Amino acid sequence: MAPLDPPTPLTRKDFVSDQEVRWCPGCGDYAILATMQRTLPELGASRHNTVFVSGIGCSSRFPYYMNTYGVHTIHGRAPAFATGIKLANPELDVWLVTGDGDGFSIGGNHLLHILRRNVDLQLLLFNNRIYGLTKGQYSPTSLVGRRTPSTPMGSVDMPINPTVFALGANARFVSRGVDTMTKPLGELFKRAHAHRGTSFVEILQNCPVFNDGEWDSVTAREVASDMQLWLEHGQPLLFGADRKRGLRVREGNVEIVTLGEHGITLDDVTVHDETNRTLAFLLAQLLPPAYPMAFGVLFCSPAESFESAVHDQNHKALQVHGSGDIDALLRSGHTWSAT
Amino acid sequence: MDTPVSKDARQTLDSVVIRFAGDSGDGMQLVGSQFTETTAVAGNDLATFPDFPAEIRAPAGTTFGVSGFQIHFASHDVLTPGDAPDVLVAMNPAALKVNLGDLPAGRLIILNTDAFTPGNLRKAGYSSNPLEDGTLDRYRLLPIDISKHATAAVAEFNLGNKEAVRTKNVWTLGLLYWLFGRDRSSTVTWLERKFAKTPALGHANVSALNAGHIYGETAELPAGIAAYSIPKAKLAPGLYRNITGNEALAWGLAAAGKLAKKSIMFGSYPITPASSVLHALAPLKHFGITTFQAEDEISAVCSAIGASFAGSIGVTSTSGPGMALKGEAIGYAIMTELPLVILDVQRAGPSTGMPTKTEQSDLFQAVWGRNGDAPLCVLAPDSPGDCFYMAIEAVRIATQFMTPVILLSDGYIANGAEPWVVPKFADLPPISIEHRTDPTGFHPYVRDPSTLSRVWATPGTPGLEHRLGGLEKDYASGNISYDPDNHHKMTLVRAQKIANIANVIPPQDVSEGPSTGTLAVVSWGSTYGSVKEAVRRQRLAGADVSHIHIRYLWPLPTNLADLLRGFEKILVPELNNGQLVRLLRAEHLLPAQPLTKVAGQPFRVAEVEAGIRAALGMKDTTEN
Repeated sequence: MAPLDPPTPLTRKDFVSDQEVRWCPGCGDYAILATMQRTLPELGASRHNTVFVSGIGCSSRFPYYMNTYGVHTIHGRAPAFATGIKLANPELDVWLVTGDGDGFSIGGNHLLHILRRNVDLQLLLFNNRIYGLTKGQYSPTSLVGRRTPSTPMGSVDMPINPTVFALGANARFVSRGVDTMTKPLGELFKRAHAHRGTSFVEILQNCPVFNDGEWDSVTAREVASDMQLWLEHGQPLLFGADRKRGLRVREGNVEIVTLGEHGITLDDVTVHDETNRTLAFLLAQLLPPAYPMAFGVLFCSPAESFESAVHDQNHKALQVHGSGDIDALLRSGHTWSAT
Repeated sequence: MDTPVSKDARQTLDSVVIRFAGDSGDGMQLVGSQFTETTAVAGNDLATFPDFPAEIRAPAGTTFGVSGFQIHFASHDVLTPGDAPDVLVAMNPAALKVNLGDLPAGRLIILNTDAFTPGNLRKAGYSSNPLEDGTLDRYRLLPIDISKHATAAVAEFNLGNKEAVRTKNVWTLGLLYWLFGRDRSSTVTWLERKFAKTPALGHANVSALNAGHIYGETAELPAGIAAYSIPKAKLAPGLYRNITGNEALAWGLAAAGKLAKKSIMFGSYPITPASSVLHALAPLKHFGITTFQAEDEISAVCSAIGASFAGSIGVTSTSGPGMALKGEAIGYAIMTELPLVILDVQRAGPSTGMPTKTEQSDLFQAVWGRNGDAPLCVLAPDSPGDCFYMAIEAVRIATQFMTPVILLSDGYIANGAEPWVVPKFADLPPISIEHRTDPTGFHPYVRDPSTLSRVWATPGTPGLEHRLGGLEKDYASGNISYDPDNHHKMTLVRAQKIANIANVIPPQDVSEGPSTGTLAVVSWGSTYGSVKEAVRRQRLAGADVSHIHIRYLWPLPTNLADLLRGFEKILVPELNNGQLVRLLRAEHLLPAQPLTKVAGQPFRVAEVEAGIRAALGMKDTTEN
């Protein structure tokens, strides 16, 4: 019985698989993987009830490195596989790992539908604004003008904002974190895990080979405090090294204010309400350099999850009809006897 | 039908073919299915062929909006819906125009004269009225102002004119019931139930039905038209019901779930002509069936594979274009060796093709249509009722061999109905499924040495945590492997596993005729009835011909090649441009010859008979 989960609390090592990790040196995915392996024991997760589901791409190798159940599926379709897994066994704890290419290019349709259906799982979107595994083409989140092997004169596609997309798809939990900021990322994983329904976590992730430094304008140490707005429900939207700067949302406009200037006090700063989708939309669209980027939980408003509603109907049908009887089914409607 | 006698003494007929034809909004499918139900209860054997346009309500009065329903019923066993109608019911000029060419001289036409207006004649492309210009002189004619009679019959219910006229289909059904001595009661019950919430409409329809019947009893019918009776067929003893192919697929899956004591997760995206499988399964939640209407064909199949990974039986349904979309995911199920059942209700292709028309042109796509060397199992039911058993068989093979199984039905089987002996659940062999629970020596690709099937370990089982994916696996550990020799070995193992299915399927039998001889006619799928009937007739005419019908298409039965080598010639009739014929030639170097029809319509018996006689170098003496 040695390989069974030990009765003692699990540790990070219990979630590390025996497979050699094959991401490029310095890839942001390492930090995300380590955070996951560290956080799962804190969540009291069991290895045998945990399933990692991914599509295709660098991020989608994630399941191989987790000593849990896992499926590395086909390009863009992880949400569809995960939906089937949850419909078959709602008790399983499912984490879906995808990237900006997998999730928004080939899999955009499925991403839309899993978010609106609200299947109970955690959906981690690694956003490095580039295609890694196919060697550096621009992705649906790449900024206009990005020069890549397929866009030598610069990309002309308008990029998609993952968090805005998720809110627009009616996701009930929308959040944002950073690969190397592992402590808050671990906290996000915990919040996402606690939420019933699809928990969307966009993770800004650095690709050191094809798009190095893409997020420096937000994540570099010297700009971090001015360019990151960490959200907390019920707390004012403050940022900056001395937390003197804040956001004031009035009539649909977001303005940056400074405490103590022009008579601004703490009362003028908008308080974060993670149940307010309109506010979440405004926060999701804030981009440097004009505004700090919003991190943490932008929106959280639970509703019944998809597989729970489906199984409620299945259960009701059982209550009304009793367990299905094939003989009765085949004899329903007109029958007649030949002798 | 031969010369009738007076109408109070019903003339006995062996078999009759009726074709109902009208606008797609005229309710012809409803009339056809009610006539079918009533005829089955009357104890005749029967086969039906609904033939309708893809448009839900094509412009009224046009030829492309004509909807048809053909039923063949008899006092003997019936294998096909019949080559040519004995009776054509034409509700408007377009219906007459589209169907008249199929009607041999002397047969009966029942017409709704009210619809033969200048406008409708023009829309149907008639430059003069066929009721007046001699076009119909070769036929027996029963022209009735059906709209007027139906409206009068429902006058007391104060319906709007539109609703009153709409009862003309039921009025016509009443007349046909009288003509062929059918009992109205099952249709009356059905109408009362259908209109339970609008009883006035229900009463009106029953009234129209009765009025049509009374018209037959009392009206002075033209000479040569009388009442008929068709004695009961000597069907094998048992309890019977009517069943369509798609119903049978759904019920077969429900039975398979119970036989395997497993839940079924049915992921599907609506597509003609497969959608009614989803409709039939959605109310069967209490049978342990979860249905999921996915956002597209790809999501449908991927959700089914995900469910199989999690321990349910994953099933998806589609038609040709959807099969093309599912291809990559089916390859994934082959690579990860997960059970999956794919119902392909074929239709005329390529591309969108003719969605409501039948064809057998997905055989290559099913057997070979994926990237890489990607073998799987392909089955084909031979009739609506056989869909029930083949659905069970698909689940049995998929779970026993951890493989996708494609079941090739088609539009003709899906919508066609036949009387079916209702089996007892207790008589169906159980499906035994074992999930691995023992962690000792476990890896996900541990194989059963006799079948080469891998273990099925499901999430939630302690100690068996593992990762699956589309990347090549190491034979000995299940881990990712790029080793060249290993890939070669795994390719052969996957092929051998599918080949091993041939060890658990029944050997190929001969459907008609001796097991050696001059000509073997080899068919598959929905052409079973017409090919069998053609072989029967030609054997009666003295031809040395046998019929072999293949239900297990991949792998082929192990004795098939030897069986076929016992014949000098092999003829393969198919509703495609020659697919099984090429497969047989490629696999076994057999001198098989094609007999193809790619018209969106099933074979007529006479077409196959002509093919048989040509193959045998006999003079073509067949009629029609």
